[in-house]
Amino acid sequence: MTNDELIWRIAGGSGDGIASTSQNFAKALMRSGLNVFTHRHYPSRIRGGHTYTEIRASADPVKSRGDGYNFLLALGDSFARNPQQNAYYGNEEIKPLSENLDELREGGVIIYDSGLLDASEIEDFDERVEENNWHVYDLDLRTMAREHGREVMRNTAGVGATCALADIDLEWIEELMTDAMPEKILEPNLEILHEAYDMVEEEYDVDAHDVKIPEGEHDEEQVLMSGSDAIAYGAIDEGCRFIAGYPMTPWTEVFTIMTQNLPELGGISEQVEDEIAAAALALGASHAGVKAMSGSSGGGFALMSEPLGLAEMTETPVVLVEAMRAGPSTGMPTKPEQGDLEHVLYTSQGDSHRIVFAPGTVTEAYTQTRKAFKIAYEYQIPSIVLYDQKLGGELVNVPASHFDEDPNPSLGSTLTEEEIADAPHDESGKFSRFRYDTPEDNGVAPRSIPGQKGGRFLATGNEHMPEGHISESPENRVFQMDKRMRKLEAIREELDGDGVNNTLHGEEDAQYGFLTFGSSQGTVEEAVDRLNDAGHSVKSLGVSEMAPYPVEQVKEFIESVDEVLVVEMNASAQFRGLTQKEIGQYGEKLSSLLKYNGNPFEPEDIVEGFEVNIVENDDHPHTRTKFVPAAGD
Amino acid sequence: MSAFSAIGEGKEIDRNDYTPGLEPQATWCPGCGDFGVLKALKGAAAELGKSPDEMLLVTGIGCSGKLNSYFESYGFHTIHGRSLPIARAAKLANPGVEVVAAGGDGDGYGIGGNHFMHSARENHDMTYIVFNNEIFGLTKGQTSPTSPMGHKSKTQPHGSAKQPLRPLSLSLTSGASYIARTAAVNPNQAKDIIVEAMEHDGFSHVDFLTQCPTWNKDARQYVPYIDVQDSEDYDFDNTDRREAAEMMHETEDALHEGKVLTGRYYVDSDRPSYQEEKQRIGEMPEEPLAERYFDDSYEWERSYDQFLDKHK
Repeated sequence: MTNDELIWRIAGGSGDGIASTSQNFAKALMRSGLNVFTHRHYPSRIRGGHTYTEIRASADPVKSRGDGYNFLLALGDSFARNPQQNAYYGNEEIKPLSENLDELREGGVIIYDSGLLDASEIEDFDERVEENNWHVYDLDLRTMAREHGREVMRNTAGVGATCALADIDLEWIEELMTDAMPEKILEPNLEILHEAYDMVEEEYDVDAHDVKIPEGEHDEEQVLMSGSDAIAYGAIDEGCRFIAGYPMTPWTEVFTIMTQNLPELGGISEQVEDEIAAAALALGASHAGVKAMSGSSGGGFALMSEPLGLAEMTETPVVLVEAMRAGPSTGMPTKPEQGDLEHVLYTSQGDSHRIVFAPGTVTEAYTQTRKAFKIAYEYQIPSIVLYDQKLGGELVNVPASHFDEDPNPSLGSTLTEEEIADAPHDESGKFSRFRYDTPEDNGVAPRSIPGQKGGRFLATGNEHMPEGHISESPENRVFQMDKRMRKLEAIREELDGDGVNNTLHGEEDAQYGFLTFGSSQGTVEEAVDRLNDAGHSVKSLGVSEMAPYPVEQVKEFIESVDEVLVVEMNASAQFRGLTQKEIGQYGEKLSSLLKYNGNPFEPEDIVEGFEVNIVENDDHPHTRTKFVPAAGD
Repeated sequence: MSAFSAIGEGKEIDRNDYTPGLEPQATWCPGCGDFGVLKALKGAAAELGKSPDEMLLVTGIGCSGKLNSYFESYGFHTIHGRSLPIARAAKLANPGVEVVAAGGDGDGYGIGGNHFMHSARENHDMTYIVFNNEIFGLTKGQTSPTSPMGHKSKTQPHGSAKQPLRPLSLSLTSGASYIARTAAVNPNQAKDIIVEAMEHDGFSHVDFLTQCPTWNKDARQYVPYIDVQDSEDYDFDNTDRREAAEMMHETEDALHEGKVLTGRYYVDSDRPSYQEEKQRIGEMPEEPLAERYFDDSYEWERSYDQFLDKHK
């Protein structure tokens, strides 16, 4: 396996430039023709602590972080030591070199910065190196960088050393550094890159191990894109020009990308006092005739519960994004989890409804964000893009052509003044905004915008008559409620008929099925391929439409297999619960594989979980995942 | 041609144009101060020649929130305390629309206090009318943020141990650029102040004293009132921040001693509105954003042409 892929981990302290270095390295590998997938792990602190990024690069498609890694560049945490007292801050140990060493594959390579790290402080290090046939290179990158004037350049030195050891052409890195770096810092960086490369080539046996970069080629132009990028660009392409928000990890990424881009598109971004205000601003802008969005993560989204219900009752289109992180409460701010599904589906009082998409990949993040706007504005209903820290932060290569789509600035079911003049008004002259339709209609009554002549109406969170006046009339209540709920059936029909389905993968007539949602999709698909290669018969369905739920498609999938393992990143099997609630049967066929330790699934978790629990019907040996058997099992 | 032809139409408007054709029976109690706000708002809108189609009235929850049902215009009756963020976004989206937000003292100074502070700080170009009756009315008589210390109610049976909030001082500190207090018992001044507030380019805060004859029988009914601009006893420069602050303190101290002072407390005509500031730094288009969605000739930018290069 070592020759098929490089899984390169760069580890160091937060604030040491790990993220930007790895991003550039990933882009260079993509440009060289490889497929890449990055996984970020970072603590909730600004400087210091232990952070790492893994880049998996292969000529074959990559859908997950993979299992473990085979190349470690341990740079050390320059903020960990207090130079005055030679002490550690907090409980930080020399983690960049010691943490998760179990996951370094046999025959793997370690470069560590001996200027910051001392391997002799790690118990049994030498024994483990020997046992696992690891190849260790201790290089004083820090001193080398200091000699070039800037200590932070030990990142570049580490990349140079990596290139020498993994046989990566420096040209790709140089080209990228030239694109990305300002003149002033480019020169010393190029120098140190070469110096480290040459030094390793000359002084070490670079062929002692067999971790080498694979060769690949793309048949079309690629872009390196994260889930957060894709959501922002999906919104922009769908004509969204107003965003309001309050910073909260990991939603901040989408907010920041939008904020940086909207002014040059003539749009408006507002950082406001809290999340209630943020969602309310999005509603106000949408009411006034602009495509608008807001969003947050768990705790912030909780505050949006009331404006969300108001959007539904006033039939004001709006898109909210919810970036899940581990909970409850503030939980683990920088760690992925899929625990907000029920929160997003059911928050807000009364019979309130919203449309929920949960994209499984970066490409889906783009298309489904566009769809979320389209549905919201066509049907005048809040729609939500639910994703998690993993999807938001993972960088993958996507064909650039995926984004080559026409913009759609349509405000959906919104009238022009000419159309308003012909539309029904009540005898007071007020526009019949919430007019009664018939049970055959789709529940949508077109709206007007303040400032349009003859279109005035009252939007209210109370139950209301066709022109908007508050009413507690029983007949009107039933009419309006039925009308709002009819939209859901129409939306389900539209989603079923739009040619884009939830994602099936594997052998059609497989014996076993995996059901999953959101960002776990790619990892499950990779596990499906491995299991089929190993002689099992499995397939998967990645569901990305949460509400209205694709009952027919999921039912068909469950019926087509003997047993289903539902894979999700939370402790209470929320997606399995939703599936059982919506389908109302087959509970005995669904068991769960759960992971909620702050790290996303690796393909091996799923392979093993399946083999042990489903095939062997044994107790689950893992501490990383948890098996919950089917009802009545 | 504008998609919003009602904006700036400038035709002759009669105050009765703001009366809904199918007027629901007003559900305010007889003698309620809220009638005074409605009357003043109608008078002000007529005097300014704003047509009902170019006005957006955004209200919170409570008796004050019902203003929307009795005033003919575009309306958004929102949720408790949240009228301001909805109103200010609507103004940013389409600055030509005349945006007025209204709510009660519980709505605006209690649950929506954070929004009040920040809307004033940002100096959005809009008018905010707070119906201040020092009580929660629609939930039947609980103590509000402006109820005086010692005020007894069902939820404060031993009398309130809290100082009342000082809305004028809070507004000034937060950054509002037009601050006035008027009273339902003073209809002419009320109308004039709302006209000024709507004309002012920036955040105009009108603390509107509205008597609650049902739940606040103890409250002085804001009579006799004194207009600080008309009285010879009060001489201060309401364009001077410090003098305004001092006068506000005096006014707020006096209210619970039975002296009802009203008038214009602070007027800063020089400070640019938030919208102007945002346009100055290049974060807001000169043309109304909403207009663009109705312009078939507008060429919409897309990510593929604008941003993809940096990901290659």
